[in-house]
Amino acid sequence: MPEPLSPKAQQRLDEIRVAAEAAIDKPAALGPDVDITRFRTVSEQQKIESLESLQKQVKETVIHSGFMADETDRSASYFQMDRTPIYERVQKAFDDAIEITSTEDALRLWPEEMIEKYWWRAVMPDKDKYTALVALHQTEGYFIRVKAGRKVEKPIQACLFVSESNVSQNVHNIIIVEDGAEANVITGCNVHVDVKEGLHAGISEFYVGKGAKLTFTMVHNWAADFSVRPRTGVVVDDDGIYINNYVLLTPVKSIQAFPVAKLVGARSTAVFNSIVYGLKDSYIDLGSESQLIGEGSRSEAVARTVSMDQSTVYSRGRLIGRTNDCKAHLDCRGIVQSPESTQWAIPDLASEGAPGAELSHEAAISPIAAEEIYYLMTRGLPKDEAISMITRGFVNIDIPGLPDVLRKQIDKAIEETSKEAM
Amino acid sequence: MASEKPAPLLQIEDLHVSVGDREILRGVDLTIGEGETHVLLGPNGGGKSTLLNTIVGMPGYRITQGRVVFKGVDLAGLEIDERARLGIGIAFQRPPAVRGVKLRQMIDVAANGTLDDEAMAALDEDLSLGHMLERDVNMGFSGGEAKRSEMAQLLAQMPDLALFDEPESGVDLDNIAVVGGAMNALLKGEERIAERTRAGLIITHTGHILEYVNADVAHVLYSGRLACKGNPLDLIEEISSHGYEACVGCKLCQSL
Repeated sequence: MPEPLSPKAQQRLDEIRVAAEAAIDKPAALGPDVDITRFRTVSEQQKIESLESLQKQVKETVIHSGFMADETDRSASYFQMDRTPIYERVQKAFDDAIEITSTEDALRLWPEEMIEKYWWRAVMPDKDKYTALVALHQTEGYFIRVKAGRKVEKPIQACLFVSESNVSQNVHNIIIVEDGAEANVITGCNVHVDVKEGLHAGISEFYVGKGAKLTFTMVHNWAADFSVRPRTGVVVDDDGIYINNYVLLTPVKSIQAFPVAKLVGARSTAVFNSIVYGLKDSYIDLGSESQLIGEGSRSEAVARTVSMDQSTVYSRGRLIGRTNDCKAHLDCRGIVQSPESTQWAIPDLASEGAPGAELSHEAAISPIAAEEIYYLMTRGLPKDEAISMITRGFVNIDIPGLPDVLRKQIDKAIEETSKEAM
Repeated sequence: MASEKPAPLLQIEDLHVSVGDREILRGVDLTIGEGETHVLLGPNGGGKSTLLNTIVGMPGYRITQGRVVFKGVDLAGLEIDERARLGIGIAFQRPPAVRGVKLRQMIDVAANGTLDDEAMAALDEDLSLGHMLERDVNMGFSGGEAKRSEMAQLLAQMPDLALFDEPESGVDLDNIAVVGGAMNALLKGEERIAERTRAGLIITHTGHILEYVNADVAHVLYSGRLACKGNPLDLIEEISSHGYEACVGCKLCQSL
């Protein structure tokens, strides 16, 4: 029998439930509204002993988001199929450095600590109907903790997989990188090739300790009829560094996400890098917010967007300075490659009572300059190769911790799309 | 034509070129043989860059009359990259910055993938490229860096005809020496003319670059025509003391 919760913890859980119930019909501030009542929650699946026993088709799908069934180059893995964490393993060498489990198990194992420090502390349950949906009908999610002082270079991988149509996967993820620790987490969200419609609501709460560093890379690999509503909150302590890499290279019905980094610690840093391809009739509304609260905090957001076909892409970035000694920059560039595509670049800066805050942005939407193409051609490169080299350069932002397989995937997408644009 | 005399590398005949509605070149005749280095002088707006851009094949430079023949091939209808692969190279005066494309990649492209590590290291050393190799090409390059970068790309390409648009403009003396050295290496200016094969056409205002590069002949492009030609250093001296108008009007040139 588990011990009963302390009154304080029980009260907190009740508050979360009440807040979520009140918000279950509350539309999000951004993005098209999704009727969440249309979907049933995802089903239970069988646990597996080894990632190698995954279906061949599943393995081939998840590799596109950097998830390797062969774990040689990974320190730990989490694989969730629909609502079941079918595989959780830490490689031997990292046994005492990493804890990886489902969030519901984490809540069972350390209820008081989880509720007091991490459970719905970086994301509010009543933010909108999607946070409320996860708070009330959670279907697991991963919990990753890297112990104080442990610098884990090999990536930790997590995959959230949906194998059925007309379901909603409502995951709640928590990553804790304790003081002085470092981690590189690669997460892929994927759907089975046969899956059509569905909803993925994902809450992610990340806590970066003093002098700690978290590099978080997310690759989305959705189906064309999938709606995706991630809600992410990150809290960074003194001298902590959070790096967020986001890559979207496949069509999606609609995605709307706006992760928020609270730089509460002195000299804390947040970096957001994103590469987004708008394909088919995808509706994509992505951005990030950095709240510069701690003295000496810094932030940078770099976004590269290429939109094709009938896609609509919003690229947002918000910097809020709340301390005198803070500095942040947004760099957001887009290329529209189809007359039926629409792109918005929306930089948003605010200094809230911080006369010394230095906030800046560069936002541009423009085609590749003809003179740049001609320049490459004078060195003997045919026009199509010149265009693809420049496009590759355009999205080839310096992304730390990006696995080779993803770099190749991005290159391949660029080759294909720049050919189409000829 | 005598049978022992080889066909010229570049032959420009009665070339008329318009940009938009404006006719810039109005009947240019120019022949450059293998191993020859020519200098192009003339006032701003006289059509020097237009001539180079037309040879390279930049869009927007419309040939309304005449032709440009390179290695016996009429260049009309050939794309920029086809001309480059045929053996025409250019060092731009103000090359565009290309975000995300590194100088190292440009050098690889120019060499068509034939440059080994050793050759790259030699280029790096000769032109003091250093960290420039990993920077976006021309992005925030100083005047001297941009010229060295252009020379590195030309040396990787080793074109049979190299065009230089004001290689000394915006460059300090140290850099002129480096750029001049590279031009010399490309054109093999120190060897006897009979052994040279690569040819050059250099636009210069000041002639400073000729302290490093041996040129055979200079032309003055004035009001869209080649108005006179002569010994490069003599012509430059004449122009700097008396101006272009006097030079173009002088009897010596008229008799050519």
